[in-house]
Amino acid sequence: MSSATLTPPPAAPGAPLTKKALTADHPTWCPGCGDFAVLASFYRVLERLQYPQESIVTMAGIGCSSRFPYFVNTHGGHFIHGRSLPFSAAVSLGRDDLHVFVFGGDGDGFSIGGNHLVHTARKNVNLTYVIMDNFVYGLTKKQTSPTSPIGFKSKTDPTGAIDQPINPMRTLVNSGATFVARSHATQVNHMIEMMERAARHDGFSVVEILSECVEFYEGAFDGANPRKGGQFKLIENHDPSDQVAAYKLASEPWPGLFGVFYEATRPTKNALEAGLIAKARERTKGAGDLELLQASFRKAR
Amino acid sequence: MARGGTDCDTAPHYPHQITPVSIMVSSSSEPLTDGAPAASVPRSLQDVVIRLAGNSQDGIQTIGGFLARLAGRSDQDVMTYMTIPATISGGPSIFQVRMGTGEILSAGDQADLLVAFYQESYASHIGFLRPGGVLIYDSDHVKIDADDHRFTPVGIPITGRTVEAVGGSSKDKGKNLFVLGLLARLFELDVAKLTGLVKDRFGGRSEDILRNAMLAFDAGYGYPSDNLRQSFFRLEAPAATEGGRPKVTLDGNTALSYGLIAAGVRYGAGYPITPWSSIMETLRTELSKYGGIFVQTEDELAAISYALGFSYAGHLAVTGSSGPGLSLKMEALGWGTMAEIPLIVINVQRGGPSTGMPTNVEQSDLLQALYGSHGDTPRVVLAPKNVEECFYVALEAARIARKFSTPVIILSDQGLSSRIEAFDEPELEKLMVDPKLNLSERGLDFKPYPLDRITKHATPGSRIASGKYPTVTGLEHDEMGHPSGNSAMHQKMNEKRREKLKALAAELPLPEVYGDAEGDVLLVGWGSTWGPVREAVGRLRAGGAKVGQLHLMHLNPMPLGIDAIFRRYRHVLVVEMNDPGIYGFGQMAMLLRAQLAMPHIASVAKTDGLTFKVNEIVVGVNKRVDLNREGARA
Repeated sequence: MSSATLTPPPAAPGAPLTKKALTADHPTWCPGCGDFAVLASFYRVLERLQYPQESIVTMAGIGCSSRFPYFVNTHGGHFIHGRSLPFSAAVSLGRDDLHVFVFGGDGDGFSIGGNHLVHTARKNVNLTYVIMDNFVYGLTKKQTSPTSPIGFKSKTDPTGAIDQPINPMRTLVNSGATFVARSHATQVNHMIEMMERAARHDGFSVVEILSECVEFYEGAFDGANPRKGGQFKLIENHDPSDQVAAYKLASEPWPGLFGVFYEATRPTKNALEAGLIAKARERTKGAGDLELLQASFRKAR
Repeated sequence: MARGGTDCDTAPHYPHQITPVSIMVSSSSEPLTDGAPAASVPRSLQDVVIRLAGNSQDGIQTIGGFLARLAGRSDQDVMTYMTIPATISGGPSIFQVRMGTGEILSAGDQADLLVAFYQESYASHIGFLRPGGVLIYDSDHVKIDADDHRFTPVGIPITGRTVEAVGGSSKDKGKNLFVLGLLARLFELDVAKLTGLVKDRFGGRSEDILRNAMLAFDAGYGYPSDNLRQSFFRLEAPAATEGGRPKVTLDGNTALSYGLIAAGVRYGAGYPITPWSSIMETLRTELSKYGGIFVQTEDELAAISYALGFSYAGHLAVTGSSGPGLSLKMEALGWGTMAEIPLIVINVQRGGPSTGMPTNVEQSDLLQALYGSHGDTPRVVLAPKNVEECFYVALEAARIARKFSTPVIILSDQGLSSRIEAFDEPELEKLMVDPKLNLSERGLDFKPYPLDRITKHATPGSRIASGKYPTVTGLEHDEMGHPSGNSAMHQKMNEKRREKLKALAAELPLPEVYGDAEGDVLLVGWGSTWGPVREAVGRLRAGGAKVGQLHLMHLNPMPLGIDAIFRRYRHVLVVEMNDPGIYGFGQMAMLLRAQLAMPHIASVAKTDGLTFKVNEIVVGVNKRVDLNREGARA
């Protein structure tokens, strides 16, 4: 593992944020991994968004793709397997001045972290979650993942996977995520567009990016890659606020469609909690902390 | 070998044993009482134990709470004890109030007055009434054993009189307030204050409810009880305290919640579990007033993840649970140690393992708190000794978490969580911590994990002068937070994480020894056993033995110098509510033996799900130590 730092001298405050400033450790991914393209696209997205560098937080759980925060020169953290969403939700709720991005894979997001995915979506916490889905456990060297298709041969299913895989788009639409999109790591411009729209969305926004594991599931996504004879079919003539239509689109047979399946406006937990605080402060007439606690103790006299 | 008679449950007799309660019966007792107890001169009392026994839906917790609050307001000292059935609704329930003018250390081994609402309440609790005590029973529900002359029975048609007073309804709601009125009269409690409390509680609801409550209260207050009153009970007025702070009465969970607020904790997350839930309920309501957020999460794992996220974002946060939930939090707690994130984790212990005895008390999570994790995770663990210390332990936990950038576990327990005690109102003006984000630019030499100092993380939102932004991580890392598989680095970082807790240990004050500074027995305790142990020290010393008490709040790391104290006693007995295990040592006893390698450390341990009675400790000591023989030798 390389600990070489490629970080250049810092940009002066107010200077444009560039890929050069955002580059950190050299990625530890295998040559040819789809995740390189996702990383490069993320730099481009941040260049477009121009958030102050110190206000960006890059988080991840555990998995190959979850090494992401080491490769992005922003504040960030490498949390435990499957729980990066609740950790990051708190960062978002505690600090409305920060821009929170979470990266992870299919095992992290749909298996060990499946419960958190559903509940973060339900709470509509304001953050952006990028799932780099490769349909296989790569870091642990080829076990079946929750998105592995039936028949996929892995070390845990040597005769082929038998369990029905998760349909990420359907799960997310159903859970209450307010921005749900799908992209492909070979389609850089599309990926950048989806991530940028997700970042600009107010609420819980998720982009699933099919990102090939060349080591353990080579060719998994060729069916959607025109250069490999596949078809990259974009969503067309779809009202993204129509939840039922989104669910139907998500049920298209492999390789399915790409683009924004669902986009809705619903109050974020950030806004709802701020509302509770405002109401409470109105009731207590803006009393200071000391005064408030003294009042509580007076009641107990 | 134990002294004769100490293997049974009766107290050994000491010539100068302190009897905390002395109620005498007057000869002028009029036939309000059924029986005819022994004659004596009426005496005021310094201290009385009242046990209310009924069903959980009768609202006895409510009136018990009123009594306790009133005692606190009247500058009486007070301690309560309650049991709640683990069932969803209904079931036998008790509330015990001990109040008096001196220092109240335990909820009392025996009751002076028992109020029995039902036959079952009578049958189950009459054994707890001390001989010569008074039994008030609902004569509409209870038939007493007429041949039992040990007590003074007083039959009152509580149900009938309540229905009559409230009127119109056959329902007996309000029995609790009838009894409250009766007790208010008996003990000459401050009725104005008491009715104020009733109005506070019921006033927010419909007027009917308040009116019915007051009708029931007045009926109880007006019930002819003069004879009984004059004969039995008169609480001494407490000595006037000069310039003292006002007393407050709180339960342990509320005190802990307020302590967190005073400590500047404004963010947290939790998942419901008994007996932790009331802390999260309080914080959910209170923190929004302070501009903070408490999140109810999908599970325990998310709860600690949120709390770590809040802390990482610059707001020292709290999460909590009871034993099973702490187990679920363990992986993330390991991350907190590795990533060096300040955090407060509360464990309100209950009987285990598994769902165990969710409404009973136990101290069996000590080893879990210290060692329940993967890898080497040096832990800070604190335990409050009483309700008052629930408030102060939160301040200490926050101080340590911030200064040493580490998770801190607070071990409270079911007994402390719900019992009510009176204590001096804290000097908030001096104690309040103002939570502030540090978003200053970090210097060129900023390192998230420096080997030569304690980690101080850069809060996101802070510029880093070097341009190298830090990643907090659960992977072993170098000083800059880059993943490191270097074996020497892992050893160095383990040392770093360990050494900071040794630095903490070095700054901790050694707790004072209570009682004899050297001698036969040192009783060592932690957590809620403090009060009963202190009372036990008094009884044992009255019996002629030289006994001291050492009580620990900092369970890990411990203050330095404990071994020197231990050497001054022939026996060190650790009193704790957990199983002595295969090798005969409770969890703290085992830790102390392992740390100090002193063979004179032994255990007085039990797991019946109830707080220690003073007598159980006295008996336990006598089982292990022959005080008479040693006394004779000395």
